[in-house]
Amino acid sequence: MLHNIDPADLPRALQRLVTHARGTPAALPRRSFLKLAGASGLALGAFPHVALGQTAGAAATTLKPTQQPSAFVQIARNGEVMVTINRLEFGQGVNTGLPMILAEELDADWSLVRSRHGTNDVAYADPLFGIHLTGGSHTIKNSYTQYRELGARARAMLLNAAAAQWKVDVATLRTRAGTVLGPRGLKTGYGELAEAAMALPVPEKVTLKDPKDFRIIGRPTQRLDAQAKTSGKQDFGIDVHLPGQLTAVVARPPVFGSSLALVDDSAARAVKGVKAVLRVPLDGGGEGVAVVAEGYWQATQGRDALKLEWDASKVEKVDSEKQLAQYRELAGQPGPRKLDADMAPLATAPQQIEAEFIFPYLAHAAMEPLNCTVRLGDNRAEIWMGSQSAGLDAAAAAKVLGFTPEQVVVNVLMAGGGFGRRFSSTSDVVVEACAIAKAARTAGLDVPVRTVWSREDDMKGGYYRPMHLHRAKIGFDDKGKVLAWDHVIVAQSILTGTVFAAFQVKDGIDASATEGMLTPYPLPMRLTVHHPKLNVPVLWWRSVGSTHTAFVMETLLDDIARATKQDPVAYRMALFGDSHPRHRAALQLAVDRSGYGKAKLSAGRAWGVAVHESFDSVVAYVVEASIKDGQPVLHRVTSGVHCNLAVNPRSIEAQVQGAAVMGLSTCLPGSAITLKDGIVEQSNFGDFTVARITDMPEFAVHIVPSADPPTGIGEPGLPPLAPAFANAIAQLTGKPLRQLPFNLA
Amino acid sequence: MQLVVNGREHTVDVDPAMPILWALRDTLGLTGTKFGCGAALCGACTVHLDGEAVRSCSTPVSEAVGKKIATIEAVTAGADRVGAAVQAAWIKHDVAQCGYCQSGQIMSATAFIKALPRGKQPTPEEIDTAMAGNICRCGTYARIRAAIADASRSLV
Repeated sequence: MLHNIDPADLPRALQRLVTHARGTPAALPRRSFLKLAGASGLALGAFPHVALGQTAGAAATTLKPTQQPSAFVQIARNGEVMVTINRLEFGQGVNTGLPMILAEELDADWSLVRSRHGTNDVAYADPLFGIHLTGGSHTIKNSYTQYRELGARARAMLLNAAAAQWKVDVATLRTRAGTVLGPRGLKTGYGELAEAAMALPVPEKVTLKDPKDFRIIGRPTQRLDAQAKTSGKQDFGIDVHLPGQLTAVVARPPVFGSSLALVDDSAARAVKGVKAVLRVPLDGGGEGVAVVAEGYWQATQGRDALKLEWDASKVEKVDSEKQLAQYRELAGQPGPRKLDADMAPLATAPQQIEAEFIFPYLAHAAMEPLNCTVRLGDNRAEIWMGSQSAGLDAAAAAKVLGFTPEQVVVNVLMAGGGFGRRFSSTSDVVVEACAIAKAARTAGLDVPVRTVWSREDDMKGGYYRPMHLHRAKIGFDDKGKVLAWDHVIVAQSILTGTVFAAFQVKDGIDASATEGMLTPYPLPMRLTVHHPKLNVPVLWWRSVGSTHTAFVMETLLDDIARATKQDPVAYRMALFGDSHPRHRAALQLAVDRSGYGKAKLSAGRAWGVAVHESFDSVVAYVVEASIKDGQPVLHRVTSGVHCNLAVNPRSIEAQVQGAAVMGLSTCLPGSAITLKDGIVEQSNFGDFTVARITDMPEFAVHIVPSADPPTGIGEPGLPPLAPAFANAIAQLTGKPLRQLPFNLA
Repeated sequence: MQLVVNGREHTVDVDPAMPILWALRDTLGLTGTKFGCGAALCGACTVHLDGEAVRSCSTPVSEAVGKKIATIEAVTAGADRVGAAVQAAWIKHDVAQCGYCQSGQIMSATAFIKALPRGKQPTPEEIDTAMAGNICRCGTYARIRAAIADASRSLV
């Protein structure tokens, strides 16, 4: 998602969105919402611009909010270093990775480093994109230099404070793990210097460490939240409990966007603990009924007692079977072309493959159901939630509430997974929660309201990875050289109609639908794309376009290798040539560590290989699989990962394994969202399959050593898993797999 | 209604049909036990009822009357030898990613190890079978396996 956006485009996009939200042109919020000097310690360099302004003769700083240590690092008197992260932590480990990067340059004592979430304050925007965004595996990639510089600036201020205190030249000072060391054995902890350092100017230019001197970055490091997350002490968005808080659940229309024909809430109002029953507007022009009660259970009891009739006459009722037929018809039509190679050689090619692929809708199904807590005042709203996009969510909330974005504070809280669902272009979860809080306040309930989605609400409530149909017709010679590759993709566009459309949808083609096609293979391809419009809300889903394009590319290349009796690794290596050293290195590492081509496999097993680049990182898998009782079984996975500098190898291992498990889920029977008569047929983990421990293969992660600036790792482990698994199964059956979830029939 | 939670007695005025989960979370403020599916399909809400792992989202409070409920907060507070070993192994192996399911994972793992015959080390298959009811969408299963094996070894 968004990985091929020119960062220069995004601040303009945000401007448009904020403008759209307010109905009037608006400047970005400049005022800091932060309370910098809390009981726990003093902010280093708090309000440096204010301090500078008051110092006669001092030049005003030109540093942006994202470059100022004050918003990101607090050092307490006892030496504890609190690092604020500018992203949502939802499993990917950035609440450890970002502090590691900052602590490295700060030269902190790692045992004293803590981390916390930020808000929608402008300081916590992505430094390149200019909007608050956790997505596209961007955190470490885009904030690596930012957090290094923040740490280096803070260290420079501490050194200056020590030099002033000891009346020595700052050049005579050095630091070691949270301590400033000076001549004649002078020594003082960061905690004792923080207050004095706070009053000093923030240096604009700082010298960063030589990576060979790193002692924190690159070291396998335990997560900072490991203790909290194993003791029940970690609070998530759903755990927010404010004084007087009530809980709301919503009766949502069975068909997306339907309105209410009849509401009988008499029985619901009589349920003990129910405080209000409110008719509220919902996402996509629909309507719903919110039941506000003392707690979740009472609210759901009230909801169960509602008698509702829905009017779905004005909305399309999508049916998956008919949809597939429509997509097939559309695939045969001319359409806009993303790539346009000459297809003349196709007719005379010595060998040909024709293939059709089907990928279903998928729910994100994060473990923590969607939720959002809102406290409304006369001219201020405070929101607590696990948000991947706090700034856009604040703007959307402001619009619903009739506020300016500056009047809305979004407190970002730990989220139990998200995989893209906690960033929707309509901010649907926030907008709905704000509409409920507003209606509740109008009804006399002047208390915070936490809106919670049930698992069924979450699974049936839309925003899925779109269903896709791919068709390929490939002509190649007896050596496997592709002469012409005619390819068609049919899928709803994720980005059309969103704020990103202006620069991500070009000539009718959504860039997120085709990402991962072709690259890095030098093949003559014609790529036609159709984007039908349907009444099913769609969204990015971990690794976005690569969830389907990697499967198509990597299984088809295996087909060509098999048809021309070539080893699938050697075939890929030849295609990479000398121009893709990272692909080569990742694949070679997986091959070497797996024993591919050398080790003897257990009876009934076959090797499968796939490699894919997404979010600027390359992941290669060599897998062993078999078929048991008619079902594919994945036994062992060996990965080669190239994500440049490995900031926290332990976290990278976790991310690659986790992304692979999510990729494995997409292969399993029942991993599909389908619609019948406009209604989503699945409702919970009983009928929407996700991988369980019994599906987990043996798994080894190997990282290619590199000193280049780090690239993404939250998503790249997902795309190559399914094709590697499918390629192994195809080796056993001789028949390629063309569907997710797998269908051996 | 009288409920014994983590060794303390509580009087709660709730519908007897209310699942234990919501009595814990909304009434008693014990939010370490998580809501994942509401249908005993994911295991995030696992607690111990008289030592046995149960899905609190689908067990009414009326069933807990006269029994002892133990939650993640108590099981990992130190006094429970097996719970402490499981938590230590979970930390050592850095199991958690988002961490939302891990309360339930740890409660299932602790009940499983406690139910093993004394000195018996679980086989990989036994671990998988015992943990098959707990979903982790982050996919931490490899580390869960390693942590359970490690915790069992440490308890011999």
